Amino acid sequence: MEMDLDTLLEMDPYALKKEEKERALSETLKSLTIYHRKHCEYYDNLLSALDVRDGGSYYDLPMLPVRLFKKYELFSVPREEIKKVMTSSGTSGQQVSKVFLDTRNIRSQSRVLTHLISSFIGRERLPMIVLDTKLVKKDRKMYSARGAGITGFSMYGRNIFYALDENMELDEGGLREYLAEHGNGRILLFGYTYMIWQYVIREMEKRGIAMDIRDGALFHVGGWKKLKDQSVDSETYNRRVRQRLGNLAIHNYYGMAEQLGSIYIECEYGHMHCSNYSDVVIRNPKDFSVCRTREKGLMEVVSILPTSYPGHILLTEDEGEILGEDDCPCGRCGKYFKIYGRIKNAEVRGCSDTYERP
Amino acid sequence: MKDLNLLYLAGGPIEKKEPVTPFDDTVCAFLDDLSKEIRKDPRARLYPDVASFAFYCRKANIAHLKNAYPDRQLRMGRGLAFQIAPSNVPVNFAYTYLFGLLAGNANVVRVSTKTFAQVQIICEAMNRLFEKEEYKKIREQTAIVRYERNREITDRLSVLADIRVIWGGDHTIAELRKSPIRARCTEITFADRYSFGLFDVKAMLDAGEDAVARLADAFYNDTYLMDQNACSTPHMIFWKTTGDAADFAKAQERFWKAVHTVCVRKYDLADIKVSDKYMNLCRMGIDYPGLFKVTRYDNYLYVLTCKRMPEDICALRGSYGMFFQMELSNIEEICPVIHEKVQTCAVFGINENEVRDIVIKNRLTGIDRVVPVGKTLDIGIIWDGYDLVRQLSRVVG
Repeated sequence: MEMDLDTLLEMDPYALKKEEKERALSETLKSLTIYHRKHCEYYDNLLSALDVRDGGSYYDLPMLPVRLFKKYELFSVPREEIKKVMTSSGTSGQQVSKVFLDTRNIRSQSRVLTHLISSFIGRERLPMIVLDTKLVKKDRKMYSARGAGITGFSMYGRNIFYALDENMELDEGGLREYLAEHGNGRILLFGYTYMIWQYVIREMEKRGIAMDIRDGALFHVGGWKKLKDQSVDSETYNRRVRQRLGNLAIHNYYGMAEQLGSIYIECEYGHMHCSNYSDVVIRNPKDFSVCRTREKGLMEVVSILPTSYPGHILLTEDEGEILGEDDCPCGRCGKYFKIYGRIKNAEVRGCSDTYERP
Repeated sequence: MKDLNLLYLAGGPIEKKEPVTPFDDTVCAFLDDLSKEIRKDPRARLYPDVASFAFYCRKANIAHLKNAYPDRQLRMGRGLAFQIAPSNVPVNFAYTYLFGLLAGNANVVRVSTKTFAQVQIICEAMNRLFEKEEYKKIREQTAIVRYERNREITDRLSVLADIRVIWGGDHTIAELRKSPIRARCTEITFADRYSFGLFDVKAMLDAGEDAVARLADAFYNDTYLMDQNACSTPHMIFWKTTGDAADFAKAQERFWKAVHTVCVRKYDLADIKVSDKYMNLCRMGIDYPGLFKVTRYDNYLYVLTCKRMPEDICALRGSYGMFFQMELSNIEEICPVIHEKVQTCAVFGINENEVRDIVIKNRLTGIDRVVPVGKTLDIGIIWDGYDLVRQLSRVVG
C-alpha cells in the first residue's frame, strides 16, 4: 500500500521495519515515478532512453544523478504553481542546483522536518543559539544556502541568539548573558559543522574559555571535508565541542537541497538514520548493484517528499556504507549508516586544454 | 629569448635561427641516437607511449618517411617554430618537436606545466645527446620549455616565430591567438575534432574468436586509454548492414561483449568517472529525446543505439566508455553528417580506399584520416589533414 503522509505524521518517524517499509516505499516511489513521467517531459525522455527493468522494488527504479538539477530545470507541476525555487551551490561552486517547489511540497517538507526534529527535542520551542552570524540571513546573495538553513531551523527555537558578530567574531559577553537568562532549561543550538569548529570551538580554545550549558541539543550540518583535511573525526569533534560548550546531545545530520525535509539525523550512538520518509541504498560503482551491509559504495537517497519535481530517487556523489537495519541500540528502526564524504576527483586524460585554467 | 623566465627541460635559448633542409643527415642521425638513448633507460619500458616514440624515431622508420620527400633538397625549414603541446597527452611534445626538426627548423616547444615522467625520460635522453659535439648545432636550435600561463612570454615567443603550431583545441587556440604573430609567420592549429568508426556487420560475424578479442583490445587502446578524450578517438560506430537486423544485433553484441571483457581487465574505473558517465548518459537522454536506447555493460561500457541519423553527430560524445552506434543500409548515408569537424574514420571489415573515395566523390569537407581500428591514436607526419614536414618548411624554387 502507498504511504500516506498524514498517517505517517501520526506515527513515530522511525517506526517502520524492513519488510513493511520496503513494500510501502516501493509502492509510493513507483507511483511517484509514474506521476513525474507524466508531468515532467525531461524526466520522461530520460527514462525512455534508459534500460529500466521493473523488478517490483524501488531498488530497480532509475536514479537521477543529483548534478542533473544543476543543468536542467526539472519540475512536474505547472510553472505558475511554483512558489519557491531552492538553490544550492553544491561543491563545484559554479553552477547551482535549482529545486522547484509548489505550496504542497513546501508544506510537506516543513511538516516532515518538524516531525523528525521534534522526535529528538520535543514539540516545544526552545531558546535557541545559532552558532553563526546574523549576516548570513541578510546578505542573501553570498550565503543563500547557509542563510536558508538557519531560517528553516529557527522555526524550532525562540529568543534566537547569534553567537558570532558580523566579523565572525565570537560574542563571548553576549553568549554569557544569554546563558545566564536561559541556561536553566533545555537549549537548542544550530550551526554548520565547519563554522562551529573554526569560529566557535577553536576560538574558545584559543581564548581559554568555556561555557557550561546544562542541557543542550546541537544540530549541525554541512560536511566534513575541511575537518578531514585537519584530521578531525567526529569523536574528536564531539569531545572538544562538549569541553567548550557543556552538556550537549550532538546531532550531525545529512541532507541536500534536492531532498529537503527528509533529512538523516545522527542518533546518540553516532549513527545517521533513515526515517519512514526516506532510505539510503549503497551502490557498487562498478555496476550499481546493491552493496552489502558494511560495504562502501556510492549513496543513493530516496525520499517520498518530492512531488513538484522528480527528485525522489537520487544518486549522490557521496560515499557511504550501511551499518545495520532495525537494530540500532538507540531503538530507532530503519537503516542506519555512515558517510565518508565526496568521491575523489580523477585526473582526466585527453589532448585538449593546453592552457590549464587557473 | 635569453631574458625570458623559462625553464629549459632540454636545449637552451635559441640565439640564431639556422634552418636546414628536411631530413638533414645530422638530424636523422640524432633521431636514431635518441631512439637508442631512450631505449637504454629502464623506465622507458614502463611507458608504452615512450617506447612507441623511441620506435618511431629509429633509423629505419625515418628513412622510410624520407622517401615521401623526393623534393627535400629544394626545401628548407621556415626558421623558428614555436609549438604549444597539449597538456594531457604526455608524449605529444616529442612528436611535434620531431616534425619541426625533420622539416629543418629551430624549435621552441612549450610543454604542459603538469609534470609527466614521460616528458622527463625523453628530455633527459635529449640532454645526454646534446653533450656530444656532433649534436651541438641541434642543441642550439632546440628549446623544450615550461612556463606557467603567461601572456607576456607567449607574446614574445610568438613574435620570434616563423611558424606557430598550436595543439590543444578550440579554447587554447582562441587564447593563444590573442598573441600576435609577424606578417610572414604562418600557423598550424589543431582544433577540436570528432572521430567515428565504420564497421562491417558481416566481417564481425565471420571473424574468429581471437580476431574479435584482438579487435576489442585495439579498440580499447583507441578509446579507453585516453578516457575517450583524444580528438581521434571514435564516439560513434556505424555498422554496414547485411540486410538482416538480426545479424546486426548479433554482431554488435559480440563486439561490445569483447570490449567489456577487456575493460574489466584493464580499465581503472574510478568512482568519479562512473558518476560523470552516468550524468552524461542522462543528459543525452534529455537532450536527444527518442534518439537512442542504451545498453549498459555494467558501468564499464554504455552503448547508445540510435534509432535514426542524428542531425549533428559531433555533439554525440562519450567519455570513459560511452559509445553511440547505428546500423546503415548503405555507408554513403554518413555523408550528410560529415563536415569539417570530422577527423578520423576507424574501419573494421571495410576497405579504407572505399571510404576515401566516398569523401572525394561526395565532395565532403570532413574526414582527414581513414585507419584500421587500433591505429587512431598513432600520430604521424600527415595529421589532421596537414603534411607537417611540408607545412613546416618552405620551397627554395
